[in-house]
Amino acid sequence: MASIQLQSLAHRYPSAPDYALNSMQQSWSDGGAYALLGPSGCGKTTLLNIISGLLRPSEGRVLFDDIDVTDLTTQQRNIAQVFQFPVVYDTMTVADNLAFPLRNRGIAKNEIEKRVVDALQMLDLQERANDRARSLTADDKQKISLGRGLVRTDVQAILFDEPLTVIDPHLKWQLRTELKKIHQRFQHTMIYVTHDQTEALTFADQVIVMYEGAVVQIGTPQQLFETPEHTFVGKFIGSPGMNVLPCEIDGSEAVFAGKRFSLNTAIDNPAAHFELGIRPENIKLSPSEGMPLTVTAMEDVGRHVIVRGEIAGAQLSALVKDGVAIPENPRVSFDSAHINLYADDYRVASGRGDQAI
Amino acid sequence: MSIQKVQNNKAWFMVMPVLILVAISAIIPLMTVVNYSVQDTFGNNEFFWVGTEWFQEILTSERFHNALLRTLLFSGLILAIEIPLGILIALAMPKRGWGVSVCLVLMALPLLIPWNVVGTIWQVFGRVDIGLLGHGLASLGIDYNYTQNNLDAWLTLILMDVWHWTSLVVLLCYSGLVSIPEVYYQAARIDGASRWAVFRFIQLPKIKRVLLIAVLLRFMDSFMIYTEPFVITGGGPGNITTFLSIDLVQMAVGQFDLGPAAAMSLIYFLIILLVCWIFYTVMTSYDNDEQSNGGGPQ
Repeated sequence: MASIQLQSLAHRYPSAPDYALNSMQQSWSDGGAYALLGPSGCGKTTLLNIISGLLRPSEGRVLFDDIDVTDLTTQQRNIAQVFQFPVVYDTMTVADNLAFPLRNRGIAKNEIEKRVVDALQMLDLQERANDRARSLTADDKQKISLGRGLVRTDVQAILFDEPLTVIDPHLKWQLRTELKKIHQRFQHTMIYVTHDQTEALTFADQVIVMYEGAVVQIGTPQQLFETPEHTFVGKFIGSPGMNVLPCEIDGSEAVFAGKRFSLNTAIDNPAAHFELGIRPENIKLSPSEGMPLTVTAMEDVGRHVIVRGEIAGAQLSALVKDGVAIPENPRVSFDSAHINLYADDYRVASGRGDQAI
Repeated sequence: MSIQKVQNNKAWFMVMPVLILVAISAIIPLMTVVNYSVQDTFGNNEFFWVGTEWFQEILTSERFHNALLRTLLFSGLILAIEIPLGILIALAMPKRGWGVSVCLVLMALPLLIPWNVVGTIWQVFGRVDIGLLGHGLASLGIDYNYTQNNLDAWLTLILMDVWHWTSLVVLLCYSGLVSIPEVYYQAARIDGASRWAVFRFIQLPKIKRVLLIAVLLRFMDSFMIYTEPFVITGGGPGNITTFLSIDLVQMAVGQFDLGPAAAMSLIYFLIILLVCWIFYTVMTSYDNDEQSNGGGPQ
């Protein structure tokens, strides 16, 4: 187990014009459960492969416990990694598959046996132990892939690259809980790549949100929800995502659709493109108070109704609890404690309005 | 409500064209051979029924036994050399970059040369007076002469076949290797697998199917080899490179013994069928084994 540090790390694939990963500086603590969250193609897997040593970064260093491992091979780094699609050794039995990484490292026979039995039980595969891996379903094959990472108790870190993509929904829950338990029991440093926010938020203590090759925010699920540091985080986390409304700055006030929101901070780059971020949960609908909303659609999602509409050409969604009446010509007001101000997509620190409308 | 299935014989009309084609191209010619194999003639287009006499004669003849042994030995050596060599070359070939096309073209070259030309090339190549190989060896002081020395004749034929056909094994194996997803190699690195383990547990199982094709093709082809030894050694020196095919042609065309030759053709055909079936069964037995175990827990 180790802490992981990335120093000025960046990567560009040969012959590609753009960086797949922009220069980043990260320090992840020993024994933490991290989730790397972001849309497809944002560089999550590239970053994971750099950490495991499958890929050599074109710039920067990777450190495990302050030791530079950038030039070490995957084997030397002693990392476990589980891939998106199941990788099993077809000709081996299930038990042999699980024993394979241990045998390759010359671990004593009785120790291997013990850990394989443990892993089989953990993954609920005891009955298939002596079947050939090839005859298993995709679910079970992916369990073997997971198992080959989990039998190794001495690894520096376990990396998961969207490991539950091929797994049945009901099994997903079960395996995620199992992974969480394993983390609590062994305190491995775990990094879990996913594009599914629920998966990231339930698995990890710290969620690392990536967007276009850069880390845009690291935080607890609550921080990501309440103070998204980047408009992308606001839109990506939450369902529906945060409303991002273009605004103008006039002195110490932000102006949107004629409404003024006072800011308690001085704006030092007035040339930037400014936006207000407000979560649909923090918008109130009423028949008389606030800005008039042109409703374009309503979606009943069970416990809530999503009201979608337009104010001054800007798209906006609001959440209304099921059973609460929606006025005929609704007007909306924002909960000022939850408004964030963004300059060129990045949050302006303490740029929060302090006054209700 | 159950849907009534249409029951009629229309499907037979659909397979008729194939049946007719196969009949004309394979079954009817084969039946004429069967016809010859059970009859004898003294000319004038008169035939006499002789039953299995020709078959008995062939099966008990020492000449046939020797030719069969020579052919089996030749095929065995060819497989023992070309299959491992082909796998090794395929493993060593680059997987990407400009080297791929260079290697593929080089590999394909020998396959594009007609059999009799290959024979002529090696016939000249090995000649002691003007051939590069023969003359080169002679000038090194090595006593080499494929027209007189039995071992030299065999070595020349085997070398020629390896040169001509290893490429086929390479190309088949290579196609199997490049279709293995990169993630398997990554997983192997994560699991700390050795180079041998990667070959044994990833590459070999994944190329097994194309390898089966390679083994079958190389067996059939080498077992039926005719043109090259005919051009190079003509079956000699003595009878040492007289394989079944050469013997058969000598019997049918040289001696005009159509009856025994027909019987021999059929035996020859059945041997190839039998050996291919054995190869196929042995190499796919693992798959079948797995299907029967595939069901629930044991």
